[in-house]
Amino acid sequence: MITAEQKPIDEIREMIEPYEKILLLGCDSCVAECAAGGEKETAMLASTLRMSAKMDEKKALIQEKTVDRQCVKDFILPLAEIIDRYDAVLSLGCGAGVQAVAEIFSEIPIIPALNTEFIGETRDQGYWVENCIGCGDCMLYYFGGVCPLTRCAKSLLNGPCGGSKDGKCEVDPEVPCAWQLIFERLSRFNALDRLEKIYPPKDWSEKQGLGPRKIIREDQQL
Amino acid sequence: MRAMSQLKRVLDNGDMAVTAECGPPKGADSEAIFKKAELLRGKVDAINVTDNQTAIVRMSSLSACSLLISAGLDPVLQVVVRDRNRIALQSDILGASAMGIRNILCLSGDHQSFGNQPEAMGVFDLDSIQLMQVTKTMRDKGTIWGGDPLTKAPELFIGAVANPFADPLELRIIRLAKKISAGANFIQTQCVYNLDRFEEWMNMARDRGLPDQVSILAGVTPLKSSRMAQYMRDRVSGIDIPDELMNRMQGVPKNRQRQEGINICVETIQRLKEVQGIRGFHIMAIEWEEAVGEIVERADLLPRPSYDQG
Repeated sequence: MITAEQKPIDEIREMIEPYEKILLLGCDSCVAECAAGGEKETAMLASTLRMSAKMDEKKALIQEKTVDRQCVKDFILPLAEIIDRYDAVLSLGCGAGVQAVAEIFSEIPIIPALNTEFIGETRDQGYWVENCIGCGDCMLYYFGGVCPLTRCAKSLLNGPCGGSKDGKCEVDPEVPCAWQLIFERLSRFNALDRLEKIYPPKDWSEKQGLGPRKIIREDQQL
Repeated sequence: MRAMSQLKRVLDNGDMAVTAECGPPKGADSEAIFKKAELLRGKVDAINVTDNQTAIVRMSSLSACSLLISAGLDPVLQVVVRDRNRIALQSDILGASAMGIRNILCLSGDHQSFGNQPEAMGVFDLDSIQLMQVTKTMRDKGTIWGGDPLTKAPELFIGAVANPFADPLELRIIRLAKKISAGANFIQTQCVYNLDRFEEWMNMARDRGLPDQVSILAGVTPLKSSRMAQYMRDRVSGIDIPDELMNRMQGVPKNRQRQEGINICVETIQRLKEVQGIRGFHIMAIEWEEAVGEIVERADLLPRPSYDQG
């Protein structure tokens, strides 16, 4: 999933300052899973902003709505019925959600309430970790299911560097060395030979070379 | 212009090679380089110039190497992959060779979070092994990565580092083998204090026949004080100083600790000479280039060989 965290409240207040009627738009997918922008968090933020408007004796209409997926057109379109009532939308979606809403409703300002962080997993209650950078050419097979591009601080494809000690990364002794994990997993599956191969420089042309990436599949189109 | 790497000559001739390290200044100060150059002249075969080590901004390795060339010395250009992508790296390799630099040492580089620009973006477009692959391709095939021909191929003796003290040991050997197949002609190791572990690593390397395919230079660093020893052991990644040496440093008064550090360094070199497969020494006297002369003299590594330039 895509993880995110709520921006500091003062930053949010500063961005919405010019507007009176504001729709807080939550998203019940990834950002709900990471407790940043789901229905519950949207209600909490709305209530905080209402309270702070009241304390400042500022006239404000702050309402909330949460859609299932803010990054999917079909879920955004029904907002057409209500969006004209507002001066601005404060989105609790990830960066993709914010931009999808902005693309469809080009007449109204869309303000991000979250900082989008990374593609990751929920490791535990209240604990999310990054494990994919979306490079477009998955190499997890070669590395025993541990991605060094994401999880090695130096993104080494032929690691490890000289800095791992007791299985931990030199950058942060709390962080396991990705190469230690790769080594352990490949040893377990008797596949250390995969580390004898030199992995050549990665081809980044797909990820970075042609602007924002897109996937077009005719078999999925109507 | 130097036709050939002096380091390569010494190794090709079967002599024990000696290299030292010269850290560029934190300023646009050419005199600092020339001063260090004079301390090392005649004491070593080649001088490594570090590339923004510990991610602290310093004069570039390439420029400092060019100053050493002008002083008639044989520099080893250290290149880290932290700060430059493959376009910049290949461009620097061509420039280095054009200026007469004949040795390159390919490294990952200390992570940017350790230095004085922790907000910098780490590049890591290539890793150190890929950098060797690219350099070797440029040198041996006369093309850049991807196949476009060069008007003139760079002439470079390619080096890599190895850390016998980092974990896991088995993976260290796999990586050493990979560095050799990627193009390493010589290896400089992390500084050796724990000889038992170093010998274990060398034994494993010998089991795979690696010392026959590459010239291994054992790294040594004289300890300046017991405080430095403690700092290095606890704070510098990949440094393994056994208790016995810690106690020895602590056991002498402060004003004699520098001398004790040199004694330990000389003894380490003498012991390493007995280790089968060692082709030379890389003396990293950190901001203490004055120590190198005494170390090489007492370790019976003088005079340095000289051959007719051809």
